[in-house]
Amino acid sequence: MADVRQGLVARVVSVDEEAPESRRFQEMGLTPGTRFRVLKVAPLGDPIEIELRGFRLVLRKGEAGFIRIEPEEAARV
Amino acid sequence: MFEGGPVPVRTMHVALVGNPNAGKTSVFNALTGARQKVGNYPGVTVERCWGELEADGRRIRLVDVPGLYSMNPESEDEEVAVRAIRGEVRGEPEPDVLVFVMDGSNLERNLYLFSEIVHLGKPMVVALTMTDLVRKEGHRLSVQRLSRELGVPVVPVVAHRRIGIRRLVRAILEAPGGGYPIPKEGWSTIAARYEWAHRVARQALGETHHGLRRKTTDRLDRWLTHRAVGLVVFFAIFYGVFQAIYTLSQPLMDLIGGAFDSLSGWVGSLLEPVPVLRSLVVDGVLAGVGTVLTFLPQILILFFFIGVLEGTGYLARAAFMMDRLLSWCGLNGRAFIPLLSSFACAVPGIMATRVMPDRKSRLATMLIAPLMSCSARLPTYMLLIGAVVEPRFGPVWAGVALFAMHLVGLAFAVPIGWLLNRKVLRGRSLPFLMELPPYQMPKWRDVGLGMYLKARSFVRSAGTIIVVMSVAVWALLYFPRSEETVRRLEAEFASQAQGAASVEAYVQRGLIEQSYLGRMGAGLESVFGLAGFDWRLSTALLASFPAREVAVSTLGVIFNLGDGVDGESKDLRMALVEAKRPDGSPLVTPAVAAAFMVFMALCCQCMATLATVRKETGSWRWPAFLFSYMTLLAYLASVATYQVLSRLVG
Repeated sequence: MADVRQGLVARVVSVDEEAPESRRFQEMGLTPGTRFRVLKVAPLGDPIEIELRGFRLVLRKGEAGFIRIEPEEAARV
Repeated sequence: MFEGGPVPVRTMHVALVGNPNAGKTSVFNALTGARQKVGNYPGVTVERCWGELEADGRRIRLVDVPGLYSMNPESEDEEVAVRAIRGEVRGEPEPDVLVFVMDGSNLERNLYLFSEIVHLGKPMVVALTMTDLVRKEGHRLSVQRLSRELGVPVVPVVAHRRIGIRRLVRAILEAPGGGYPIPKEGWSTIAARYEWAHRVARQALGETHHGLRRKTTDRLDRWLTHRAVGLVVFFAIFYGVFQAIYTLSQPLMDLIGGAFDSLSGWVGSLLEPVPVLRSLVVDGVLAGVGTVLTFLPQILILFFFIGVLEGTGYLARAAFMMDRLLSWCGLNGRAFIPLLSSFACAVPGIMATRVMPDRKSRLATMLIAPLMSCSARLPTYMLLIGAVVEPRFGPVWAGVALFAMHLVGLAFAVPIGWLLNRKVLRGRSLPFLMELPPYQMPKWRDVGLGMYLKARSFVRSAGTIIVVMSVAVWALLYFPRSEETVRRLEAEFASQAQGAASVEAYVQRGLIEQSYLGRMGAGLESVFGLAGFDWRLSTALLASFPAREVAVSTLGVIFNLGDGVDGESKDLRMALVEAKRPDGSPLVTPAVAAAFMVFMALCCQCMATLATVRKETGSWRWPAFLFSYMTLLAYLASVATYQVLSRLVG
């Protein structure tokens, strides 16, 4: 998750359950298998805005580092 | 039940629960209106709103529980919310009915929380919000299907237009009778609950549910969070907000100040026969009440803009764009509003920290907000820069000096914020997770109500403290005094041609010099001497502790001009430039002026700020900490400034 770019569509592969934040990220909808799209990267490079489960969420790339993702398609921007 | 029956029916306790941004406040406002009460939960910095309404002869006590994402609390707000839902808050009975406010345009995540709360087995009613938004986006949401899937009544509401509110009240009254099935599916993991939520959302919305188009939002966000354009718009908007607080509030403050001056004059003439009482009422009580009221314009204006920006959804975008910048001092994007408004005044700024859901960043923001250079410091800067910098170095350097004074606090805020986060405040920093709600028109009723409630709570709780402190400082400046001293000072003035403007001004100065506060100023001369201040400057600083805006008029009194001077006063500038130390050297050198301004920039000379921090945190611990660290910082920094500059420029 630490390295994503605008327009990326990806799926959550797994979440490191050991990470202290993992529970909250899952409660916010980022459970394994969830598909999401990166809508925007903030002007200063971080945080990012993603769309998942019909809503939009802002998160910091570094803080979501424990989430493993798999790109689905490199969508056009 | 028993309409008009003689038996008093027990008050029904209802808690309003739901995700943040689900429209809870609107529903609460529609149910209770301005009758709601606002306070703090015991021992925490979380706001507690409750209100009462009557329906069918039954009294309903409604509590607006802070928004939460899950029953496993992460933030202080959520912890309080969970305890309130479970009925574990001191002095708060267990709720009989839970009203779950569900955002119809964001069903899946809202249903996730529902799946956690339904486990409690309490009677529940769902208030379905944002249905207008869903319809506008071209979707059909089946309320019947949703209600069937959830096993609880679902009432669609458009709260700001009061649509569905009566049906909601009806459903609340009928709720306790119903028994609700707790779904028994395998809800062992978060993923399993979300699978259930996904299925229910599909049932209610049909196939379209993940394709919720946000046409308007996408179109707006294309520019509003754009890399370049977004930042330009952002600066334009907040420049406007800042200018509005700064300029719009000034005439209103002057108006209130003027009204209070005439009131003071009138009351003063009534109490003329009893000088002590007159001074107590005019300089103590009325001055304190006047201080409280002059903060109101800024509070109202700031909360108007916060209400509008939050209601439209732009506030979250601003936090999104500013997060990186604020992460450098351990904060997050949400700290932006409180810190920016603190450049006008820290009081509304501190009240605005409510936009931050996590206690640690909220406290850290509150504790650095008073370092931002507020408008009350400006007159002192204008006075000293006009007296010392401009004549000697020219208008360009005067401008640079004024700008530099605004940067001093900011420069210290960054490392202090970082330190507070790392070393002082306990608890884990929460990850920055924030929802970007769709853009909407602001709900004017909610904006207005928010302004009213903020102003009311400030006057009630902070106001009382400010008036009490104002009286205390008045006493320190007034006592001891006797007819004898006044006569002696008058005689002194007559016998030696002192450089005072009038006999009144001379007596006023003499009385301050021998007041308790003046003696403290003189006693502290050796301490403040390291920063280059003599007893006059020290006393002016001490007298400014309750409110730094009095610094200039206190200097006016001390330098024999009476208290009617302002920062632009030519006489006071002259008096400062000509003031000498006992050895004949000039008192206010550039180094002394700079040290004095640095002290003003960094010290928390504002009882309204301290009273507001007390109100927001519910204890004296944090205001005491704030006051101590800022005073120490101000002292050390002004000593350093003086010691360095006096060697460089004299």
